[in-house]
Amino acid sequence: MITPLFKFGYFGDEFSLIVAVLIGIGFGFFLERAGFGSSTKLAAQFYFYDMTVLKVMFTAIVTAMVGLLYFGWLGILDLTLVTVNQTYLVSQIVGGLILGVGFVIGGYCPGTSVVACATGKKDAMVFLLGVVFGIFVFGELNLLFEPLMELSAMGRVLLPDVLHLSYGLVVLLVVLMAVGAFTLAEYVEKKLALKKEK
Amino acid sequence: MDQNFINDKPTKYMNPYLAGIGLGLVLLASFVVMGRGLGASGAFSTLIAAGTNIIAPEHAKSNAYFSEYLGSTLGETLKDWLLFEIIGVVIGGFISGLLAGRIKLKTDKGPNISNGKRYLFAFIGGGLMGIGAKIARGCTSGQALTGGASLAFGSWVFMMMVFAGGYMFAYFMRRQWR
Repeated sequence: MITPLFKFGYFGDEFSLIVAVLIGIGFGFFLERAGFGSSTKLAAQFYFYDMTVLKVMFTAIVTAMVGLLYFGWLGILDLTLVTVNQTYLVSQIVGGLILGVGFVIGGYCPGTSVVACATGKKDAMVFLLGVVFGIFVFGELNLLFEPLMELSAMGRVLLPDVLHLSYGLVVLLVVLMAVGAFTLAEYVEKKLALKKEK
Repeated sequence: MDQNFINDKPTKYMNPYLAGIGLGLVLLASFVVMGRGLGASGAFSTLIAAGTNIIAPEHAKSNAYFSEYLGSTLGETLKDWLLFEIIGVVIGGFISGLLAGRIKLKTDKGPNISNGKRYLFAFIGGGLMGIGAKIARGCTSGQALTGGASLAFGSWVFMMMVFAGGYMFAYFMRRQWR
């Protein structure tokens, strides 16, 4: 095992900040390439006539997920050292719903709004001000939210644990689900494009 | 600056599957090099905590949430991985936009809504996102993308809820976008 490089001490905290900028550049670059610097394109996902969000997101998830599995299997990457989000079921359900509503109202999510700001979108700048305001309000009222957020703390739970299937099989199922979603997305887009022409 | 930096017509967006592979490889690189994934909202928590600490230090330090983000000095507070990653996102987004001729000061909105209304909705949506991302402990980057790829159970539930919330509320917002 030689990776994650940082966790094996190949470089320190100072250098990790340079890595952060480089990874961020790649992140921002592909978000903008995909068209995620545009609120109208992002919001179109919720009206079915442009399914780019779904396609890009699921392709990215599948790519990184298969890469993790493959590097782990080769013995290059120690998967136990990769930070995995803890599960807090209630706060993730509530927070996810609020985020979804905010997405269709505001037209961006925090990451894509940064890219949109970088390309000069004024609505994204206002959106980002809103994000800052929202986080500030949350910070001020954090004691109010705390009981909700500590509810249903489940720790490190992975899909394979919940489904009682092996890691590899879950990866395969997610790939199949993604292919199914892509097929459906292409079909729906074509249907709506035809309807528009009429 | 209401003109494109490059006068040619903006180039078309990248094929979504190719862009997705590119994004996935960046995420994978983050896992392999750092042992962690991507994020966005966390960077702003750091900035807000640092800002609050400058304006009202006593208040920031006594607040359980803000104090979590504070280091012993301002320099240390700002030496945050996600904050540097977000600086990279600004640079990367700008480079891509520049190469495609898409750098332009404008308001992105549907055809049937005024600028003022669009800004109002952008602010409300942003505010909800800020609160929602804090409640869920991450946004589309840190939870959906990163947690999705590492098969975290809660992150998958979160992702489904984001789509559910968006589709449930889309009807009320249709005049803004179409």
